[in-house]
Amino acid sequence: MDRIEREARELLEAKPGVLEPGHTYASVTDKISAVVLSRKTPRSWIIGFAISFVLVLMLFYTIAYLLAVGVGIWGINIPVGWGFDIINFVWWIGIGHAGTLISAILLLLRQEWRTSINRFAEAMTLFAVSCAVLYPLLHMGRPWLAYWLLPYPNTMGLWPQFRSPLVWDVFAVSTYGLVSLLFWYVGLIPDLATLRDRAKRTSVRVIYGILAMGWRGSAIHWHRYETAYLLLAGLATPLVVSVHTVVSFDFAVSVIPGWHATIFPPYFVAGAIYSGFAMVLTLAIPIRAVYGLEGFITQSHLENMAKIILATGWIVVYGYAMEAFTAWYSGNAYEEFMILNRMTGPYASLYWTLLACNALAPQALWLRRVRRSPLLLFAVAIVVNIGMWLERFVIVVTSLHRDFLPSSWGMYTPTRYDWSMYIGTIGLFLALLFLFIRFLPMISIFEMRAMVNEGIEEEHR
Amino acid sequence: MTPREDGFEPGIDASPWDDEPSRRRFLKLMGASIALAGMSGCTRQPLEKIVPYVRAPEDLVPGKPLFFASSRVLGGTALGVLVESHMGRPTKIEGNPEHPSSLGSTDALAQASILDLYDPDRSQVVTQAGQIATWPALLGALSAALAEENASRGAGIRILTETITSPSLAARIRALLAKYPEARWHSWEPFARESAAAGARMAHGEPLNTVYRLDRADVILALDSDFLHAGAGSVRYARDFASRRRPGAEGRGMNRLYSIESAYTLTGAAADHRLAVRASEMDACALRLASELDVAAVRGRAGPSLGPERDRWMRALAGDLRRAGANGLVVAGDDAPAAVHALAHAINGALGAAGGTMYLTDPLEAGAADRAGSLGALLEDVDAGKVRLLVILGGNPVYSAPERLDFASRIAKVKVRVHLSLHADETSRLCHWHIPEAHWLESWGDARAHDGTISMIQPLIAPLYNGRSAHEVISAMLGEPARTTHDVVRAHWTGGAPAAKDGKPSAGAEEAWLRSVHDGFVAGSALPPREARLREALEIPVPQEPRDSGAIEVVFRPDPSTWDGRFANNAWLQELPRPFTKITWDGAALMAPATAAALGLEAGDVARIAHEGRSIEAPVWILPGQAQGSITVHRGQGRTLAGRVGNGVGFRVSPILPAGPGSHITGVEVTRTGARHEFAATQLHHDIAGGHARERGIVREGTLDDFRKSPESIADRGHAPPADLTLYPAWKNEGHAWGMSIDLGSCTGCNACMVACQAENNIPVVGKEEVARGREMHWIRVDTYFTGAPEADSVAHQPVPCMHCETAPCEVVCPVNATVHGPEGLNEMVYNRCVGTRYCSNNCPYKVRRFNFFRYADLETPSLRLLHNPDVTVRTRGVMEKCTYCVQRISAARIQAKKDGRRIRDGEVTTACEAACPSRAIVFGDLNDPASRVSRMKASPLDYGLLEELNTRPRTTYLARVRNPNPEIRGA
Amino acid sequence: MPQVFHPSTNTFSRVSILTLVVLLLAAAWIVGAVNRSPYVTHAGVVRVQPVPFSHKHHVGALGIDCRYCHVSVEDSASAGIPPTKTCMNCHSQIFADSPMLEPVRESFRTDRSIEWTRVHDLPDFTYFDHSIHVRKGVGCVTCHGRVDDMPLTWRESTLHMDWCLDCHRNPGPHLRPVSRVFDMTWEPPPDHAAHAEDLVRDRGIEKRTDCWTCHR
Repeated sequence: MDRIEREARELLEAKPGVLEPGHTYASVTDKISAVVLSRKTPRSWIIGFAISFVLVLMLFYTIAYLLAVGVGIWGINIPVGWGFDIINFVWWIGIGHAGTLISAILLLLRQEWRTSINRFAEAMTLFAVSCAVLYPLLHMGRPWLAYWLLPYPNTMGLWPQFRSPLVWDVFAVSTYGLVSLLFWYVGLIPDLATLRDRAKRTSVRVIYGILAMGWRGSAIHWHRYETAYLLLAGLATPLVVSVHTVVSFDFAVSVIPGWHATIFPPYFVAGAIYSGFAMVLTLAIPIRAVYGLEGFITQSHLENMAKIILATGWIVVYGYAMEAFTAWYSGNAYEEFMILNRMTGPYASLYWTLLACNALAPQALWLRRVRRSPLLLFAVAIVVNIGMWLERFVIVVTSLHRDFLPSSWGMYTPTRYDWSMYIGTIGLFLALLFLFIRFLPMISIFEMRAMVNEGIEEEHR
Repeated sequence: MTPREDGFEPGIDASPWDDEPSRRRFLKLMGASIALAGMSGCTRQPLEKIVPYVRAPEDLVPGKPLFFASSRVLGGTALGVLVESHMGRPTKIEGNPEHPSSLGSTDALAQASILDLYDPDRSQVVTQAGQIATWPALLGALSAALAEENASRGAGIRILTETITSPSLAARIRALLAKYPEARWHSWEPFARESAAAGARMAHGEPLNTVYRLDRADVILALDSDFLHAGAGSVRYARDFASRRRPGAEGRGMNRLYSIESAYTLTGAAADHRLAVRASEMDACALRLASELDVAAVRGRAGPSLGPERDRWMRALAGDLRRAGANGLVVAGDDAPAAVHALAHAINGALGAAGGTMYLTDPLEAGAADRAGSLGALLEDVDAGKVRLLVILGGNPVYSAPERLDFASRIAKVKVRVHLSLHADETSRLCHWHIPEAHWLESWGDARAHDGTISMIQPLIAPLYNGRSAHEVISAMLGEPARTTHDVVRAHWTGGAPAAKDGKPSAGAEEAWLRSVHDGFVAGSALPPREARLREALEIPVPQEPRDSGAIEVVFRPDPSTWDGRFANNAWLQELPRPFTKITWDGAALMAPATAAALGLEAGDVARIAHEGRSIEAPVWILPGQAQGSITVHRGQGRTLAGRVGNGVGFRVSPILPAGPGSHITGVEVTRTGARHEFAATQLHHDIAGGHARERGIVREGTLDDFRKSPESIADRGHAPPADLTLYPAWKNEGHAWGMSIDLGSCTGCNACMVACQAENNIPVVGKEEVARGREMHWIRVDTYFTGAPEADSVAHQPVPCMHCETAPCEVVCPVNATVHGPEGLNEMVYNRCVGTRYCSNNCPYKVRRFNFFRYADLETPSLRLLHNPDVTVRTRGVMEKCTYCVQRISAARIQAKKDGRRIRDGEVTTACEAACPSRAIVFGDLNDPASRVSRMKASPLDYGLLEELNTRPRTTYLARVRNPNPEIRGA
Repeated sequence: MPQVFHPSTNTFSRVSILTLVVLLLAAAWIVGAVNRSPYVTHAGVVRVQPVPFSHKHHVGALGIDCRYCHVSVEDSASAGIPPTKTCMNCHSQIFADSPMLEPVRESFRTDRSIEWTRVHDLPDFTYFDHSIHVRKGVGCVTCHGRVDDMPLTWRESTLHMDWCLDCHRNPGPHLRPVSRVFDMTWEPPPDHAAHAEDLVRDRGIEKRTDCWTCHR
């Protein structure tokens, strides 16, 4: 027994990064499931959840007031018909992307290091999407008629207008949400079973038991599981690209200078992954610290993600460059004015801040020292999150507020409700995340076991 | 701004956390919208009642409007109108095509007066000392007061009216004066054209009225005059002027307009050459011109030099006028000093204009001869204790009279004070008795048009708030309280004995009366031209030396929206962007950039303007084109008892108003108070320096010479994309293809179209805060662009309705098909399908779409519900709306045409904006009909599409503006 | 370790999953059904009126022409509800003292209107014009049904938008000789469908289905 363990440890030391040395089936299972099954909730969790829950309540108030009075409580106007609503929608959707990328694409690419982060990255995706969908729903003047965007037989003899990107959004986002949910849940089943079996209290065992859907870990179960999981991965992969492409169409198909650009789809997808990974880091670094999971989410995980941020960051920077270039190269007076207005207009400060956040800050990641220091990494991630939010602000607002006719130019200032709604959704996101951490294994137990497993198999060969 | 709870102040404050009433409103709406949300699942209709007539009135077909002729009276002069009535509710005012002052057009104020009728703040009951009283009680009090005067033959009776041209009312007042020989009749009107009368007296020895024939004038000089926009006959004058502004049109060719003025007026903006001169130098200017033209009456008096630059300008002008001779014309402004009017008469005389481009008639005004000093004289009598009964018929002198006269406290000595007015206003509060006045849409009457034509006023609806007319009050004073206004007016025009004594008028007279009521005026009743000899020499107090040009002057002008304050409670007008500044719900001290710099002021600073120990505080607005050192302020704001809309809007200027005649003061002290003021303007970028308006070809202008050389060169920038450049198949409009053409050459920017549209299409007002947030709802707006920084030598107005693009960007992005393309080329906005994503507005390059961010429409106030046009849906919260080309009118015409089995005729459908436009700048019609007016306009080489390079293919296009500058003047 | 669940749970869960799906489908179907039901559309629901006015009697039995009461049907959007005076034209002689007609007489005496309960009620954002439909040969019966068989009046059609569109998209079959528009009993000849399109052409009928035909 202890021979096996020793050899396992040796072997594991040979393959660093994925799993800290010194872990066995038991230790992995204990460590992860303990977070969920332990009777007492850590004070930090209670405080964190309490705060985010208060924010959720604020969100609910804002939504109630919004429904009662109208979208006029926001800062939007004519010409700036979209404000925080669409900015935040795009931002949240973007954040979701990392989850799907990690779980789907990295799975297909057999990137083992993904295993320890994919679970909560997927959860993050799910929660980000549920925050995102609030906005397109509530930004409508008459949200209770949102179902008119769906094609269904009705007494009016009417269909939605399929030429409109907003209709494409409905399908893109709902598909995305659904697939993400399935992917995440299917992945959870074996672990739910584990929890069911390790739980002490009957009530807990029943609950996890129902959720585990009778998983017994038999060969046939595993076989079906693998097939389903791969299929879903295959389904999810195109979504990583499609969703934000469609979202970018909301702007690209319009005539507004600053929106009407062919580079938008790739540039948006890159931006999404960029911000997504930034968010994963923002969450992963504190969590591993609090729950002492350094063993599972290791340096090399952080480093890999930092590299991806650096790469996608450059794609985004290329996007900015091309925007400016085409504006100049097109010789189109409106395009020229648009970029000039971004650089020197009333919102110039935001434009330059966004460049500082998205173009300069990540360059720090060239340095190994930064990549290996969780604290610095965390700081960079936060900055990138802010930068990506600013990017959306610049795209949405500065393009709209000065378009073609100087007579109709205006300004946009968010009201307290814009803020309360935004902060409220952040609260919702965190609240959901806290619940997830408390009641579900945030790291895939069986996949981590497999890590141990592989080591031993190799030894027996 | 105004109380929140009244349904009249629209919009909801977006900060309920610190605003108690709106929190209550929030809860109310909460319930409402939850009910709404509940219903939306399956929309089940509540049961409704049908309430038919018991006895149906004749010729009233339910669902079909009726039109009645009447007249709007402002400053004593009448504008003939047709009033649209739905099931007995007047809903819209149109011009009377036969009426000489209207020719079918109206001005913004006339369009808005329909809202005054339904104003829920109008006073609704007779009050005594603020307490509710009754009409009989008043009659008792009046007869008692009059009885005391019998002995003194009425020595203690004074009647104070506004300017009155009404023959019937004047006759009744004279009858009263005959009954009480010692009684006196005074008049007070803030803008009464007194200086014009005085000027005429200077020149001709009597206060003659001047009528202009602008269609005959080749060269026109506006001396401090805004004849295109304000004052008697302005609607007609705009039409006549515009008729000579279309290059290439057959006829006598383009006229040339010069303007000398202290502040930009719409007339100045329309001028080919404009000279900004301080109001205090206007008489010197006029004298200068007269001497240049060697006018006999002022021979030997050159007047001071205005500086080389201006002198050259004046010489060029003089030359032009001399060449024009009898076809030249000088128009002196209503507010210009008497001397300027006198000189204008002299110059016109010298040119031989009389009988050609202008003619003189007897004065329009009846009675109260010397109106200028009238109020002063009254107050002297009051001080002398001679006045015991003061009856004020209309007007609001306590608010509008110069504070220097101290009207408010001096009339306290009068024993019985009676005030008749629409609102219980500042004057009512200081009177023992207040009588609610009947709106002109509620009562009978008559008045004279600018050319003296007798115009009839007939009621469209019984008084909503049992108001009384001036006639009724006079009748009561004559001891005939039973006589209705109808009796009196009819008796006057049928010449029959009072109907009370049942003397039947002759059949012929009766018929003539009925015809004039039907037509809205008495045919051929215009005052005949008068021969008048000019004085040999004019005694005009014009200094030989130029006045101290360092001194700052303040010029008082009527507010473009509230006039003298009487329209202060009219939300449409308060929210109407003022010409040039585009500010709403506000007043401002307008000054040139240089003046502001010299005074150390910035836009938004609150300045204290002091003069002879009195001062006002006014927020500063910097307006290019003002004369150096000249500050313009508008009377008619800063009301305290106007009503919920008008109270506390803007600032009051009467403290520094001159007591005597004249409309400006000099030598004022201007200091910064340090306070700041937030304006709510609908246009923030007038593009003075930016030059986008021209760079982007938004406004296209040229000179007559350019046009003669190559007509295309002005409008065509070669940016219009080829016709086949679209992914979608082109629309083929088999039936009609509606389109609109707007002639920038004749548009004066008077805003009549905006109010007409608001009235026709149930467009709500949103209040100052919402406008400040950029949420005004006007379907058609008038953009204003200045060019020639910093002092703006030129201004262009551009009305912008929906363009009804053939390849409309809004249509492709709407997710629910709420905005689609119709078979006749209309871009259709469907409110009931709209879910309010605002994507269409974002994607509209012209930003002509308007969104109901809150529920702006007022559905609570009962009187305002009567105002709605039943043919147009009242929009709810959360839906987009925009110009429809007045589709309700198109539908009506189409159905009629189909029933008659014919096509819709050209001109059968007129949009509200087109119908109102005084200068006929807007033309709507069928593009499939090559003979239609709009087709012919679009065929012009001056035709261009706004932002046409975007390939939106707008159905609304513009005619580039062609100016006719004098080559002798540089910088033209 | 003891099992938490009894083996039957498998079957139970399978069934419940299936039921859930069925329930969702059923719910969707019910919402649709309710929206088309008389509960929502008021179609076929008889309305109680202050006076039990019978079209069956006046039109069916006495054969009074529609236009005798609905005077403006040919020249206005609204067909017009007769004023009390119209009732009294006859009922000052006939049934002059029937208690049933007391509300009519009272209205005539007191000059206060009779408040009828509305039977055909379009939403306020929908603008329908009777005159043009009548002129183009759409019979009263086509929309209002055989009112000459209605003792008390009810709404014959749903007045749903797709119901309007059925006709606006393909008017032909719903047209009749203009002379028979007010005829309750007219039946289309067997070959009617054949030259329906000719009617549309000859009468210059546009198949107007754009939104602003009715909404504005």
